[in-house]
Amino acid sequence: MSWRLWLPFLLFFGFAGLAAYQLSQPKDDTIKSTMVGKELPYFTLPPASLERPGVDSRYFYEGEPKLLNIWASWCLPCIAEAAQLEQLKDEGVEIVGVAIRDEPTDVMRFLTQHGNPYTRIGRDDLSEVQLAIGSSGVPETFVIDGKGVITYQHVGDIRHEHVPMLLEELRKAGR
Amino acid sequence: MKAKHQRLVLVILALVALVGAGLLAAYALRNQASYFYLPEQMQAEPPEVGQAVRLGGMVAPGSLATQADGITVTFTVTGRENSAVPVRYAGILPDLFVEGSGVVAEGRLAADGTFVADNLLAKHDENYVPRELEGMSEHQAAEMAEETTVGLE
Amino acid sequence: MIAELGLAALWLAAALAVLQLVGGALALRGGTESELAALTRPAAVLQGGLVALSFAMLLWVFAITDLSVKLVAMNSHSAKPLIFKLSGAWGNHEGSMLLWVTVMALAGALIAGIERRLPERTMQATLAAQGFVALGFYAFLLLSSNPFERLPQPAAEGLGLNPLLQDIGLAFHPPTLYIGYVGLSVAFSFAVGALITREVTPAFARAMRPWILGAWVFLTLGLVAGSYWAYYELGWGGYWFWDPVENAALMPWLAATALLHSAGVLASRDALRVWTIMLGVVAFSMSMLGTFLVRSGVLTSVHAFAVDPERGSFILLLLTLYIGGALLLFALRAGAISEGERFSVASREGALVVNNVMLSAILAVVLLGTLYPLLTEAFDVRVSVGPPYFNPVGAIFAFPMLAVMAVGPLLRWRRDSWGRISKELALVAAMLLAGIVLFAVLGEIALLPLLGLAFAVALAVASFLPLKGRRLKRVPIATWGMITAHFGIAVMLFGMASEGAFSQERLAALEEGGTTSVGPWAVRLEAVEPVAGPNWTALAGRLTVRHRDGDPQAIAPQSRNFWAPPQQTTESVLVTRWNGQLYAVMGGSSTDGRWQVRLWWKPFVTLIWYGGLLIALGGVLALVGRVRSDLKHRYISRRITERREERETA
Repeated sequence: MSWRLWLPFLLFFGFAGLAAYQLSQPKDDTIKSTMVGKELPYFTLPPASLERPGVDSRYFYEGEPKLLNIWASWCLPCIAEAAQLEQLKDEGVEIVGVAIRDEPTDVMRFLTQHGNPYTRIGRDDLSEVQLAIGSSGVPETFVIDGKGVITYQHVGDIRHEHVPMLLEELRKAGR
Repeated sequence: MKAKHQRLVLVILALVALVGAGLLAAYALRNQASYFYLPEQMQAEPPEVGQAVRLGGMVAPGSLATQADGITVTFTVTGRENSAVPVRYAGILPDLFVEGSGVVAEGRLAADGTFVADNLLAKHDENYVPRELEGMSEHQAAEMAEETTVGLE
Repeated sequence: MIAELGLAALWLAAALAVLQLVGGALALRGGTESELAALTRPAAVLQGGLVALSFAMLLWVFAITDLSVKLVAMNSHSAKPLIFKLSGAWGNHEGSMLLWVTVMALAGALIAGIERRLPERTMQATLAAQGFVALGFYAFLLLSSNPFERLPQPAAEGLGLNPLLQDIGLAFHPPTLYIGYVGLSVAFSFAVGALITREVTPAFARAMRPWILGAWVFLTLGLVAGSYWAYYELGWGGYWFWDPVENAALMPWLAATALLHSAGVLASRDALRVWTIMLGVVAFSMSMLGTFLVRSGVLTSVHAFAVDPERGSFILLLLTLYIGGALLLFALRAGAISEGERFSVASREGALVVNNVMLSAILAVVLLGTLYPLLTEAFDVRVSVGPPYFNPVGAIFAFPMLAVMAVGPLLRWRRDSWGRISKELALVAAMLLAGIVLFAVLGEIALLPLLGLAFAVALAVASFLPLKGRRLKRVPIATWGMITAHFGIAVMLFGMASEGAFSQERLAALEEGGTTSVGPWAVRLEAVEPVAGPNWTALAGRLTVRHRDGDPQAIAPQSRNFWAPPQQTTESVLVTRWNGQLYAVMGGSSTDGRWQVRLWWKPFVTLIWYGGLLIALGGVLALVGRVRSDLKHRYISRRITERREERETA
């Protein structure tokens, strides 16, 4: 009789163990771009703010590896990653922004509030560039090597722990 | 029947029903749970024709076409390694469903290799938030985007 | 200052919860005369007041939009209407957890304040348990989700001007469910208290019953409202999706329903002691489990809330502590609870046992289906479990339960024979058969909706049979409650089955001026017009709809585009008649200049929610009846003692 009383307890612990295991598992179901490893498609974008020039894909064909950051002023995780972008800039990384479906006034307001780590910001009103490079959301960050080839895609906002990883990817792309 | 036996009958009934529920659930879950496929998985190991499954991937740019009836759309869902699955869907396209965006299609594979979708869940394609967003309605997505944002200061 | 006051009140309340726990525990060890034991009740009452104050402070900072508070800055906006500012207070993780502890502390204060029927020892144990459970949630709130956190610098403006969140249904649906969820914590504490003192008596069940009823009414209302909200807002034409978040609310309801009935047996007949205790533990466990599943993000859902593994771990820890602890206590102590009164299978108790077993079986089916993806993901297989699983497997247990529900209330307590109620049995069986034949002739209907319709008709009649041969004026209010609730189930079942059996759907691409039809409705797309709102633009389809020979009606479903943040929504339009609803959704344009329109005709679909309201009303009636007869009881026993004293002095 009394062993039956233990059944609920044992069942519950089976569940708790499973749930604990699941919680400890990282979840990664992001859709990766099929463009990684390929050359950037050709594009030119008008400037999204008064302070910075627009973006031309040819700009990525020379010089050091760069970061291409897909963002928008209406995007909340973009606020969260602003500090990390700032940090990357301070490490000497060149960051090129593409503002998705945005208004210049909103862009300006965002940059005054959260800092401006970008050397250039293109305005992508129809998400054309975003789709062309295989990004399906905002924010996303791409590592482009000195020859215009996408070597790495980071999906979602850049957290503190992602900064060394991105620096490493940039270093690899530079070789 | 004695009272003691009556009680036994009830206890046995209860145990049979609960164990039965567990076994039935386990059996039904094996057959009725709809499995999630990526396009490359669907090509390598296609599910049985007619079995309810879900297919998730990217809508290939340039593949979206509306048929003459004005309702049926066809498009291709692509995944890694150039895998692609043609999809047919009759219905109103979900919000923010565009070529190049992520999509989860619920439906079944037809004999001709086309995936016939009953329902499309467009991946919320703007703010990036975890995959729990798949198929979420927009205001909940927005709510969650707000809540998952850290470092406002 | 206000925010700090709220936070301080919360810390003080947590300290009082410690006092309540220690006082209760000492009372159990040292007898109820111990000095600390006298503090247990006041501690619980004061704690309720402090947490209510804390919640009021949160409402206040939201009302005045104090942007130096992080939660306000993240979730509110100065330009919002006041009602949505206030509802924004619980529309987020921290605020909703504060609401959770508020309900919990107020419930604790209420039992400490008014409950006098239980033996003092059991009462002390119950309050200690309530304090212990509350303590964990205070810790969660204060350590990992402080709602009163300040920003180093006040934000210039809030981030929460999301028009889509400004929905009156969304504002009041979560608190309703929460009151239900957390109300069950009282039953949990009662069960734990009774396990500690081993005093499982009818008086205990009578004391517990109003609390279960109250929580159950709120759970029912929350489920009904949530289902209707999903129906009109999501624009998919469905009312229940077997989504983890919905299941999370359904499971406590199933457990509470079973508990309600088994507590009834314990109260009236002193049987099912161990089982009632078990259900008391399970019901609130299901509430906590639901919260965990919803808030931790271990399961994918169409509705979803904040997802934060750290918080998930915290809730899992609390879950393990409380559910695991209670079940451990159960395993150790339940064997010592003596067997209750015996009864025969053919009796009211017997029928209620079958009802309980079937409800538990459905609960097991829903629980397993909800957790199954969690299990398979451990093996890297992603699945989703939906209606093809839940509907048939649930129905296998639901229909026997409905059958027992139809005839159970006719049986007498303890010992009865089927022969005595053979006429009623024959009537119900005849109704059932007639229903099956009638609806089968009416048209081709799938098995489950067909059974549903027939059972609904039979049950609707059967639910009134307990009134047979009784003087209506003398029927107790609680019995009216039962009849109303059972009838409500029949009404709801009819709505569901009718929706499943007779719904018609039409998806058409129409030119302006084009026509289509769905069911008895003729529909014409007059024009598609742009409409602009404060922060959206929309395409509105002006439709003229006409039911048979009735007057044409103009409706205009919209497909809305918001900017900042860019979002698209469908604004469906419902046309309600007494016998069903027309549901119209506007889609986009097809390439050739036609417009997609999606239409449903859903006969009697509204009965689903009217039935749900009837069920809740039944709960309210039962609650009123129980409380009234309790008060009467107390009054009479007081008069008897008074008389006796008078006589003795005379």
